[in-house]
Amino acid sequence: MGRKLLTEHVNVEGIETFAVYRKHGGYRAVEKALKMTPEEVVEEVKKSGLRGRGGAGFPTGMKWSFLAKPEGVPRYLVCNADESEPGTFKDRYLMSKLPHLLIEGMIAGSYALGARTSYIYIRGELLYVLRILEKAIAEAYAAGFLGENILGSGYSLDLHVHPGGGAYICGEETALLESLEGKRGNPRNKPPFPAVQGLYARPTVVNNVESIATVVPILNMGGDEYAKIGVGRSTGTKLFSACGHLNKPGIYELELGVPVEEFIYSDEYCGGIWKGRELKAVVAGGSSVPILPKELILKTAAGEPRLMTYESLSDGGFVTGTMLGSGGFIAMDETTCIVKNTWNFSRFYHHESCGQCSPCREGTGWLEKVLHRLEHGHGSMHDIDLIVSVAKQIEGNTICPLGEAAAWPVAAAVRHFRDEFEWHVTHPKEATAPGAVYRGNLVMA
Amino acid sequence: MAKITFDGIEVEVPDGTTILNAARKIGGGVVPPAMCYYTPLKGSGGKCRACLVRVAAGSTKDPRPMPKLVASCITPVQDGMVVENTTSQQVLDVRKGIVEMLLINHPLDCPVCDQAGECDLQNFAYEHGVSTTRYEEERRTFEKIDIGPYVQLHMTRCILCYRCVYTADQLTEGRVHGVLGRGDAAEIGTYIENSIDKDFSGNVIDVCPVGALTDKTFRFKQRVWFTKPVNAHRDCGHEKCAGRVTLWYKGKDVLRVTARKDEYGEVKEWICNECRFEKKETSDWVIEGPAHIDRSSVISANHYELPVINPQVIADLPESTVRELEKNPPLKLGGPNGTSF
Repeated sequence: MGRKLLTEHVNVEGIETFAVYRKHGGYRAVEKALKMTPEEVVEEVKKSGLRGRGGAGFPTGMKWSFLAKPEGVPRYLVCNADESEPGTFKDRYLMSKLPHLLIEGMIAGSYALGARTSYIYIRGELLYVLRILEKAIAEAYAAGFLGENILGSGYSLDLHVHPGGGAYICGEETALLESLEGKRGNPRNKPPFPAVQGLYARPTVVNNVESIATVVPILNMGGDEYAKIGVGRSTGTKLFSACGHLNKPGIYELELGVPVEEFIYSDEYCGGIWKGRELKAVVAGGSSVPILPKELILKTAAGEPRLMTYESLSDGGFVTGTMLGSGGFIAMDETTCIVKNTWNFSRFYHHESCGQCSPCREGTGWLEKVLHRLEHGHGSMHDIDLIVSVAKQIEGNTICPLGEAAAWPVAAAVRHFRDEFEWHVTHPKEATAPGAVYRGNLVMA
Repeated sequence: MAKITFDGIEVEVPDGTTILNAARKIGGGVVPPAMCYYTPLKGSGGKCRACLVRVAAGSTKDPRPMPKLVASCITPVQDGMVVENTTSQQVLDVRKGIVEMLLINHPLDCPVCDQAGECDLQNFAYEHGVSTTRYEEERRTFEKIDIGPYVQLHMTRCILCYRCVYTADQLTEGRVHGVLGRGDAAEIGTYIENSIDKDFSGNVIDVCPVGALTDKTFRFKQRVWFTKPVNAHRDCGHEKCAGRVTLWYKGKDVLRVTARKDEYGEVKEWICNECRFEKKETSDWVIEGPAHIDRSSVISANHYELPVINPQVIADLPESTVRELEKNPPLKLGGPNGTSF
């Protein structure tokens, strides 16, 4: 098993309290950072090659260096803890088990960016995590790691936790900022980007929970050392939340570069598919990324073994590849109906579209309705082409990436499992029978 | 100043101008349609996606094309930018898709809709759309709601452009309506049906691109193309109201009063509710003369044309457009069987 940088002490009794966390090397990164200049901290993160863990995979150090720094204007660091992607539950785990790790990362990050007030925007449903965080923040204040003049360095920071109202769209960074400002959570038009005009129209950086937490091991071990872990431009370790039909679903911290096959079948990780069944398909990075059939997730189109890295998973583009996304790894066994699954995802995006721009507002509902028809045996061959066409009309034409997130899974499902969709049209009776699943030409009862 | 090339036409505009406004400087058939953008309203735009254009070259400094189509109403120009609107097949295809999306939850009740004849969506659909839809499912419907004594909201027709929300925000004292709900369940609503009776609230009728917000003093009185627009003014006395309006006559009667609009349907000066709803006698006004209607509207022309294309300036028209033009020549004047008018 590879090195664990984030979750090393996760099973230590009482690690959520300040005293125990500190005893296990906690807040060393803050002490180290405060002795460096902010620029040096940014430089360290840049050297580490850390890529955003929220889904897009944009280099964090680069994002930090883009932050506008006009004189006399406050800047903000906002932690995006609105984790709502179906299949992704790593941030919840990290925050509830290791609240001080996130706080430590927030202090170091805020110092690097020159923010005097920082926010953690947490998903509304995670109220119990909010209480854990608030307790931890109070401890950090009491220990002098937050508030005025931290450790006598002259640097002051206030940290607030703000719960969302329960909308997936508020995980989009500009919608999150709107919501944090107390407005309706509609994504903003870009440009201007948050780095120039973010929270309260001030320069703002929005980072995922895991990205911010990862700053702690980066500072502890040094950016260069961190960059040695992993493969190519996918450096370091990443949390994966494995779920679905696996023997051992759960959170795994991997050094990027573990083969997908090993991750699924090795006893060290997921321990294979449950009930001795066959793997059918995998959604590798949360519900928004394209689904891949077994043959393509284990090996790339060129026959290379696929690795758990940003590059390897996206090898082949969207024709034969997918994305690492947020690390929500959903495995589906042979009894899974892909049409039903696609409909289920579509239903989610239909429910969560903010309704601001027309392709997404109307298109997500349309997709859901046609998929509902297909799943329930009322579809026609024409409908299969229709959903591909509607997905194409949404993709790339919306204000925020929710449009793409709704379109990609549908397009990919039809691309790789078209015969299953067609079977739903040609065999409506069999397809709607309870528990029936398409398996080539065989019907599984 | 920034020099850009729009559909093969060069135009120079001040820095910070949006692509759409640069195109409007050229004018004519190359101007992208806009369903939600409204120049007088700060923050509007970017929502309907009708004005998407392709940026073939970002600027002189960085001549790479932009990866996605951009909303021309909110994207500022850069010096050396090359923009394709009617010259890009991709843009025309996407726009057809947008029409289809917008019409999913918009009833085709134009024959009984007061907005018909001056409806942005009607024009947009006619100019860029297709005549059939692939949408078979149930559409959303709402009951009509009276919001205040003058305005009726027919949410079924709403395309959620947010213009009326911005209007109420920026023009009236305290907004009492907004967007409730999410996704395709989003609707314009007044919280616990608070009525809108602010001094300038009537302007939401003018900014509404469709027939969702209509003037209750004019509903079902007359089709707009049977009325004659006449510019007039009065000494209003309200500090924010210009008192310069368009009166819409049928015979000797003033059927309605609206603000004056430019060729893109945008209000030039806001008017107050008193001018709009209370002053419906010729004797209330000083008449200036007939109002000029610029756009390809039935109000002035009594027939629609196909103004999408400016064939003289475009060398390589996309195939589908050429086919469309052959089928429906835009400038052909003549009655059935080739008889001339």
